[in-house]
Parts: sequence; C-alpha cells; structure tokens
Amino acid sequence: MEFLNEHLLPGQIGHFFILLAFVSALFATIAFFKSHLSKTEQDRTAWLKLARGVFFTEMVSLFIVFGLLYYICANHYYEYLYAYKHSSLELEPKYLLACIWEGQEGSFLLWAMWHSVLGTVVILTAKKREALVMTVVNAAQVFLIVMLLGIYIAGAKVGSSPFSLTRNELEGAIFSRADYLNFIQDGIGLNILLRNYWMVIHPPVLFLGFASTLIPVGFAFSSLIKKDWGEWIKPVLPWALFSGLALGTGIMMGGKWAYESLSFGGYWAWDPVENASFVPWLILIAGLHCMVIYKSTGRALRASYVFTILAYLFVLYSTFLTRTGVLGDTSVHSFTEAGKMMNILIGIYVLGVSIPVFILFFKNYKHIPAIHKEENISAREFWMFIGSMILFLSGIFIIAVTSLPVYNTVFGINIADPPDREFTYNKVMVLVAIVVGLLTGAGQFLKYKGTTKKYFLSKIVWPVVISAAIYLLIVIFNPLKYSVKGPGFLFAINVALFASIFSVIANFLYIKNVMKWKMKAAGSAITHFGFAMMIAGMIISSGNKEVISDNSKTGLFIPFDKDPTGRNAENPMENLTLLKGVPTEMGKYTVTYEKDSASPIEKTRVFYKVNFVERTADGKKGEVFSLWPDSYKMKDNALTSNPDTRHYLTHDVFTYVSTISVNNDEEDTTSFKTNEMHIGDTAFYENGYIVLNAIEKNPNNDRFRFTDQDTALVADLTVFSKEGTSYKLYPGLTVSNMTIAFLDDTSITQNMYVRFSGITKDDQFKIGIKEHKKLTEFIAIKAYIFPYINLVWLGLVIMAAGFLVAILHRANASKSLSILSLILIVGALIFLFLFANA
Amino acid sequence: MKTSSIIILIAIAAAIGGLLMYSVDFSTYDTIQSAKEKQGEYVHLIAKLDKTKPIEYDALKDPNYLTFFAVDSLGSSAKVVYFNPKPADLEKSERVVLKGRMEGDVFQCDNILLKCPSKYKDEKSVLESNIGQY
Repeated sequence: MEFLNEHLLPGQIGHFFILLAFVSALFATIAFFKSHLSKTEQDRTAWLKLARGVFFTEMVSLFIVFGLLYYICANHYYEYLYAYKHSSLELEPKYLLACIWEGQEGSFLLWAMWHSVLGTVVILTAKKREALVMTVVNAAQVFLIVMLLGIYIAGAKVGSSPFSLTRNELEGAIFSRADYLNFIQDGIGLNILLRNYWMVIHPPVLFLGFASTLIPVGFAFSSLIKKDWGEWIKPVLPWALFSGLALGTGIMMGGKWAYESLSFGGYWAWDPVENASFVPWLILIAGLHCMVIYKSTGRALRASYVFTILAYLFVLYSTFLTRTGVLGDTSVHSFTEAGKMMNILIGIYVLGVSIPVFILFFKNYKHIPAIHKEENISAREFWMFIGSMILFLSGIFIIAVTSLPVYNTVFGINIADPPDREFTYNKVMVLVAIVVGLLTGAGQFLKYKGTTKKYFLSKIVWPVVISAAIYLLIVIFNPLKYSVKGPGFLFAINVALFASIFSVIANFLYIKNVMKWKMKAAGSAITHFGFAMMIAGMIISSGNKEVISDNSKTGLFIPFDKDPTGRNAENPMENLTLLKGVPTEMGKYTVTYEKDSASPIEKTRVFYKVNFVERTADGKKGEVFSLWPDSYKMKDNALTSNPDTRHYLTHDVFTYVSTISVNNDEEDTTSFKTNEMHIGDTAFYENGYIVLNAIEKNPNNDRFRFTDQDTALVADLTVFSKEGTSYKLYPGLTVSNMTIAFLDDTSITQNMYVRFSGITKDDQFKIGIKEHKKLTEFIAIKAYIFPYINLVWLGLVIMAAGFLVAILHRANASKSLSILSLILIVGALIFLFLFANA
Repeated sequence: MKTSSIIILIAIAAAIGGLLMYSVDFSTYDTIQSAKEKQGEYVHLIAKLDKTKPIEYDALKDPNYLTFFAVDSLGSSAKVVYFNPKPADLEKSERVVLKGRMEGDVFQCDNILLKCPSKYKDEKSVLESNIGQY
C-alpha cells in the first residue's frame, strides 16, 4: 500500500548517516590504533591523517542526524515514532530540544556528539597521546552508536533508531488505511515535568560531564600501552578538572530544576537517578586529588588509575540503573524499560571499555611506580589521600544502598527501601561533610612532604577563631532547629556547619595570606571555598526549612483530646486549604487565592494567583506580593504542579498547589429566589439566614464611588451561617438611561449569589438569593521558607569558577582566553542560578 | 605510605563499614496479611485500590486526611489512612506501593507510589491504545 502524505526522506537520510557514523567510529578506532602501532614516522602520520578524516566524518554524521531529528520533531512529522512520542503541536520551540533528549535515542545521540566534540579537542591538544586516547574515544562511540542503529542482525533487532516509523512500531486499526496520518492529529508531547527551561540546559551539561569522564580513561590507557606510567598525569589534569566542573554543575542544575519545577520541596532527594550521577563525581574528585598528590610527591599513582577508571565505570553503571527500568518502584523519574536487547547493549557498553583498561592496569600493576617509604603524618599528601578515600568510600556507600533493586533482581530477594530514605543517606553524609570540611580547611596550611608545627599552628589560629565566632553568632541569632531526628543528629549537623564555615574562612585566608591574591594559581582554594559555602548553605537551608502552611501552626486547627481521624502529633498537616477570595492566615502572611488563569499556550496548564500580605509585629500591613504556582490538569484528572518561589537575598518563599477543587461543568440552572423584605427583616437560605440592615442611596465609600448625579441603591446585608460565621454582602442597583443594572454580590464560602432586584409597590425591597450546587472553588497549597538557599547556588557558582581557574592554569591558557572564558562561563552560571528565575 | 597511614585508613574504612551496617535498616515488601502480623513495623505493601469502597477525601475540610481501602493479590483488605493530599490519579492507578505501618487493622501510610498507565507513555501498549482512539 502507498501511504499518503508521509515524509520519508529525512528518515532515510538519517538512517544513512547513523550507519555512516557507526562504520566511521569502527574504522576510526582501528585507524587510530594502527597509527600508534606504526613503525615508521611516515606510516604513523598517514594512519593518523586517515583516522582524523574518518573521525570528522563520524562527527559530521552525528550532527546531521541530530539536525534531522530536530527537523522531524519541529515539523511534527508523526509518521516518525520519535516525533509522535515526544513532540506535540502546542510545544513551545524552546522545548523542542528538550523533547529530543527526553527519549532514549536522543540522549545517546547527545552523548555521542559530546564525545566527538571532546575528541576534537584531544586531536588539537594531546600531541603524542592523540592516537591512543582517540582509540578509546572511538571504541566508546562504537558502543554508543550501536544503540541507535535499529537494524536486524540474525533476526535480533540491534539498537533502536530514532527514525523508525510509527506504523512499523505500533499496531493499530488506522494503519490499514493509506491516509492514516490524517487521523493522528497530535503527538503525545513532552512530559510536563520536563517543560522547564532547566530541562533545555541541564541534560546537555550533565551529558557533557558524563562524556568527559571518558577522556581521562583514554589518557590512562595511553600510559598503560606506552608504559610511560606517570607521564599521563600532567596532560590529564585539565581534563579531570573539566569533568569535575561539567559533572558537578550538571548535577546541581538538576537540583535547581527539581527545586524550581518539582513539588517535592527541595533540590536533593537522594533519588536513585540523582545518586547515580553524584557517585561518579565523588570518585572523580577522589581521583583528581590523587593526581595532584602524584604531581607533587610521586605518590598515589596507582590510586589515580583506579579512580579514573572507576569514575567512568560508575557513569556507565548509572546509565544502566536509570535506563534499564531496573529501578522501577524506587525512583520518581527513572526511565522505562527499554527492552531486553537494549538492556544487553547497555550492559555491554558498561563493561566494553572499562574492563579492558582495568585488565591492562592489573597486568601492569607491579610495574607502575609507587613510593614505599612511609609518609609524614604532617604532610599535605597524607591528608589529601585520606580525604580521597573518604570521598570514594562515601560514593561506594551511596551506590551500595541505591543498588537495592539490582540485588532484588539478581538474587531474587525482596528487600525494600529503608523507611526514611533521605535520613539513611544524610546521617552518613553529615559525617563525611564534617571530615571534608575540616580537611579542606586545615589541609591548605599543610605542606607537601611535611609541615612544621610552628607554621601550621601560626596559620590555623585565625581561621579557627574567626569561624568559631561566626558559628557562635549563628547559634545565638539563628540556630539550627532540626531536632526531628534527635539530639545526636542535631549535634552532628552543627559540627558539620562549623566545619564548613571553617573551610570557607580557611580557604579565604589562604588566598589572602599565603597566595597573596595571586588568583591565577588559586583555583583549588576558590573551589574549596565555594564547595564549603555550598555545603553550609545546604545545612542551613535544609536544617531550618520551615513549612509555613502547617495547619497546626496556623491557629485554625484545634487539637482534640483524641482526634476522630486517628491523627497524632507526628502526623503531618502541611497543606492548607484556600477558598477562592477568602483570606487565610499562614505563618506571618495572610494569603488569598484570588483567581486562576489558563496558560495562553498550553491547554491544560492553569496558573493560580495567590496573594501574600505580610503581617508585621506591630500589626501593620507589611510587604504585599503574589505568587503564581501552576498545575497541569490532564485528561484523566491527574495533576502535576509546578511551584512558584519568591526570592529574597536571605530566603525563599516557596509554594505549590497540592490539590485543586474539581469543577463540575454542569450548567448553572438555578435561578434567583426573590424575598420581599423590610429593613430589619430576615430571609432564610439553605445554610442559614440573611438580615437586611439598611439601604444606602448613592454610597461613597471603600466599595462604591457614587455621586449625587447617580441613581444607585445598595443593600447592606449580613449573612449568618449555621456554623456561626457571618459575612457582609452589598448587592446594588443602578438606573441610568431608563435601564436597570444589577451589581450582584457573592459569598463564595456559602455558594451564594445575592441580587438587589427592585422595590415593590408597598415599599418592600426585593432581595434575590441564588444558591448553586457547584463546589466551592479552592486550592490546597503547601508552602515553605528556605532560609539562605542562595548560599547553595552562590557556592556552586564559586566552585565552578575555581575549577575553571584551575583548568586554565593547568592547561597554560593565555591570559586573554582565560579572562574571556571566565567571564562567559561564570557570567552564564550566575545568571542561570541566581537571576534567571528570580 | 606505611604502617601508620594504613592503620588510619583501615580504621576509617572499618568505621564507615560499621556505620553502614548500623545505619541502613532496610524494610520489606509485604502482603496485607503478613503486615498485620508485624504490627507497628515499617513495611512496603504492594496492593490495589479497592474500587468498591469509598475514597474519603474532602480537601475543603482537611486537605491532610485521606482514607481508602486497599486489597492485595491474595484478597486481604485493609483500611489505609494517609495524612497528606490525595494523589490526583489515585483512582486511575493500577497498582499502589504503600509505605507505612499497620496499626490494628488500619494501615498508617506515609508514602504512596502509584503505578499509573499514564505515567508510562513510552510503553508500547500505551502508545497503541492512544493510536487506537483515532
């Protein structure tokens, strides 16, 4: 059958370029290795030239594939399954990129593209190591691009192509028609959780981080083949630092995304997907410190190899965890099952590159030089190594707990997550934070190979005194209040807070007194300063996070002797119901849900205007602002909420909608029931009665602005409900140009409209009452205050700046390049983290 | 690197290992029946929403109180109390994982994980049912 209106050409071109990229990667691997094996300089150059050419073919192919994928998504060609699954007509253009990396194939493609970009930098800079590093890069490309092939080999489908056709992949009655495309009106579209600008930028940065961990493995491989052992450390250092920068920033971008667009109320939840990217970073940082130790003292070379390979292995293991559906029940945002064949391919990729390098390492283990003389306990390298081990072990701890579903699958057992997952990690990581804080602070005043007591003590006094003073000020004015987990944990986070303040101060004084503001070489001190500031910010913002929508604190909730619902003191009451138009007290604010408005672009998205009025201590009206938390309401009533946050220098007020009222769209058919009343009379309605207090002529007050020229009457009514509450209502009536206009008034809580509809002949006033059966409109919100959260983001940006300074220093970058890249990258990060959504 | 540093390293490793053992108290997946036998112990229940019994939730009165009945594959049933807002797609869920403690006949739940068809749009069957609507 000929199908109508299909656009098959882009897919065919795409298929061709995927195949070309695959074959090129295979060929480039061989050619680069051949170049290394060549005996003569002539052969070497010839192979190298060929290999480079093939590699650039591969890179160009990948970019063309990406362009075509973007093209089919942007044009909504739903004959392609990828476009049907991930794109939709209402999608804003900026999210088209996000919809490419939402899917498995798109994110592998992105990863492969980063490999090729980094590979280009290797070709430009690695000199004599180029051939071997690029062998590893291209070998990894082969494993990655296989997953995009989607061809049948011996009856089994290998990989899955982003250009496969909807009618080939799915079964459905419409595909028996030649004009089936007319029936597919819209694609499924991007998951609403991912419709956030962070989703456009966070995945590329994270994948850059993932991809960058491959390059150090390439350098390690080159030294194991060339048997020149420690020689790879100097050229690899900028690469390892770059990995630390890209992966660290990528992870925290994920945290900022979670904070801004997910409603779990924070930036970190120890979710398996988060852990899986954090663990490689920890191991990478451990490896980085070992490399620095080697460079200064000749020690820790073997550990540098091990950590370098392990960091890469854990990047792949984390891909395996998040891509194969093995996490299933334990993660909020794991990807779905990719199919058995895909799992096998991912599994092969996990082991494909790292295992051979590991084997090579163990074969050469004895030959890799190591210093067997005992280290001096006052030497910097000794404590750096201890720190590396702590980071490494904490990473192993995290991944050991996270891998729980893997144990269940492998051993057929049935254990579940610990009751309080976050605390399981927090209680261990707080100890890590203490040690890391003390080491990164005091370590700066230790010298390689040994420090004299006098030097160390003279340098350490001021950091200790100043940080103790700052810590005491915090304890006096703004102590940590997190006592839910008992005094032991409260004590531990206090020590961790002191340790991180100490590290901030120590690194600052190190830059000032020891480095004398020579910023070029101060990369490590800046990085540690930023890191410690980030940790301090995390401890304060999480430790003193306050739920202000807590009903038990609003005064609305009266504790019973025994609550009929079985509620006890520990049960949360963290959501507060706001009736539309009714001011409600919440923390130091009086909040009102004023109105809602549908998004002009996305059909299912609704913004709720919540007005905040601060009440100051002297009873005056303080600051007034509005937040617009929003939610997507899906066809099946599922609700997905995005928070809105008011940013201050010292804290954030964070709100999201947790429940909305269900509107029956029935026609409102009830009509006004008219009562004829004298002043002082009473009329009944279903839930109580109303009293007509007075009739005012042309009132001029807060509510109405009539003058003597008008003809207007306003009824002053009081509503008394059965619950004992009372409200004032003011329906009005105006006459102009011989026509009557009604100014109805409503009581939302009583579901009631009132209308002043006229005066009878015997001077009675006609008051109409309409009660509708519609549910009252309301939202329930959850609101937090995060104190000093800006320290987290500022700390992160400073840390990134430190990494960058160190990279530029280690790579001997020119002054103008250094300044330019610092301004661009740090500027972009400051904007993204601190201003973009403020 | 010799004796003293190795001793310190081993001590640190041992301390962390010990902390690990002490700190991670994994829980278990249970049926309603076996959870009833483990009164007060933290468990994960794998069950289904009992659609024949009412879901009690009135956000207007108390947005932090939800009760419903859960049945498991063995047919036992229990009332579930949850002091948080109702997950919006609870009614649509095919399967729920409930975390909490059984107290008497009532399951005091502090976390609900839903398995909903709508969340798994990548699955072939879901895509096909979507195509089938046309």
